Amino acid sequence: MKYMLLIYAGTGVTEPECTVEDWQAWDKALHDAGVKVSGESLADLVTATTVQVKAGERTVTDGPFAETRELLGGFVVIDVPDLDVALDWAARSPGSRDGGAIEVRPIADFG
Amino acid sequence: MHDRVEAVFREEHGLLLAALVHRFGDLDLAEEVASEAVEAALRTWPRDGVPTKPGAWLMTTARRRAVDRLRRDRTYADRLAVLAAEGERHEPAPEIADGLPDERLRLFFTCAHPALPAEHRTALTLRCLAGLETPEVARAFLVPTATMAQRIVRAKRKIREARIPFRVPGPDELAERLPGVLQVVYLVFTAGYADDRVDLAAEAIRLGRILHRLLCRGSGSQAPPPPTREVAGLLGLMLLTHARHETRLVPLEEQDRTRWDADLITEGTALAEAALTGGPPGPYGVQAAIAAVHAEAPDLARTDWPQIVALYDVLHRLVPSPVVALNRAAAVAMRDGPEAGLALLDGLAADPALRTYPLLPAARADLLERLGRTAEAEAAYRAALDLADSETERVRLRNRLDRIGRTGTVEE
Repeated sequence: MKYMLLIYAGTGVTEPECTVEDWQAWDKALHDAGVKVSGESLADLVTATTVQVKAGERTVTDGPFAETRELLGGFVVIDVPDLDVALDWAARSPGSRDGGAIEVRPIADFG
Repeated sequence: MHDRVEAVFREEHGLLLAALVHRFGDLDLAEEVASEAVEAALRTWPRDGVPTKPGAWLMTTARRRAVDRLRRDRTYADRLAVLAAEGERHEPAPEIADGLPDERLRLFFTCAHPALPAEHRTALTLRCLAGLETPEVARAFLVPTATMAQRIVRAKRKIREARIPFRVPGPDELAERLPGVLQVVYLVFTAGYADDRVDLAAEAIRLGRILHRLLCRGSGSQAPPPPTREVAGLLGLMLLTHARHETRLVPLEEQDRTRWDADLITEGTALAEAALTGGPPGPYGVQAAIAAVHAEAPDLARTDWPQIVALYDVLHRLVPSPVVALNRAAAVAMRDGPEAGLALLDGLAADPALRTYPLLPAARADLLERLGRTAEAEAAYRAALDLADSETERVRLRNRLDRIGRTGTVEE
């Protein structure tokens, strides 16, 4: 079963305490366990652009679609047996600490 | 006969469902074939008699139906086969008398999974493990049947689509996950008392007994691990509370203690002791101990109040909530006199969490009444009555107001 882990950075005043090494260690653990399907970090939020087409007309606006308190900073797709395992991987991620949060979403199966 | 079959089914329902879920990995299929097995029992048992092992009979019948169903529906079967192959994480389940493995613990943890909203957890536990029909579950939480049905459907859908597993958390996860399961059971119990539904409270006790049997069994001379001691604590607390159910509408000092259930008190007290033995105490264990101290006292005055205050101190360290502080203040009032209690209550009055909490003015009223400040006590009882959100609570408060009214007349 595939789950997408959406990694949200907290917008709190304190800088996250986790280091690049923490992220690399988590990424390596995902690879070593053979559960990682894909994953990317996203460029800074100021580079985001939103596109909507209404009645055939394209609207392009600066910024992310949903104004949320938390900012989507990246994602990882993992393939694991069940939600408990997915939640364990999320809890091990540096992204779940220091005011950050990870949303765990099952990938829809239309098969 | 019909009642006999119903009683068997009610008792066996959780066992049957849990075993079927474990076997087929799907809650909907399990529920469907479990109820088909019951229908078959209702048809054949009156004719052929109740089988010697009713549980095994129901299980075999349900299993056959499930296999039939899977033969008819290949895609469904394939999906379940994939689930089973991917999700298998075997742990040996304890055997029960009928020779069927008891898989209910898994189901408890699934129904109370933190990924489900809190109100769905209680609903699902009552439905799947207590074997209540949806309208009964709806009545337990005072919501329309359609709303409850909707809740149960949503919860089952999340279990299926997000694949919440049917498994007992490992020893390292137990401390994190068990409180959620215990909370569900205690919520059912307190909901029962709030609405004066003794049957619902009894249902919670039944669930507590099952959990206790499954988690604290056979530990022998070895003390059970800390999280599971709270299972004993919860069951003890419920039994000791329930022991006083005949007198529940009367204030503690007026309760006829001969009507308290001595057997439940003995059992509950032993559980409270077990809960506090062999490690740091948990909140349920401490609350059970407080209830046990009350239960052993011949009357209110001869209650070991210093002991109760000390236990509330421990509880307040574990659960630093204003409600615990309020109960502690009431105990201090019994130990040191009403003025001491009132001073503590005045300190709590500013707490925003207690602003709409009916037991704060009720506790004040009680102390004011004891100090002979009748008019103030009456006003405080009325304030409590305005805030009270359960019928049991209102009955209790009206009884107190009536009593003040009577003494008032005598004084004139």
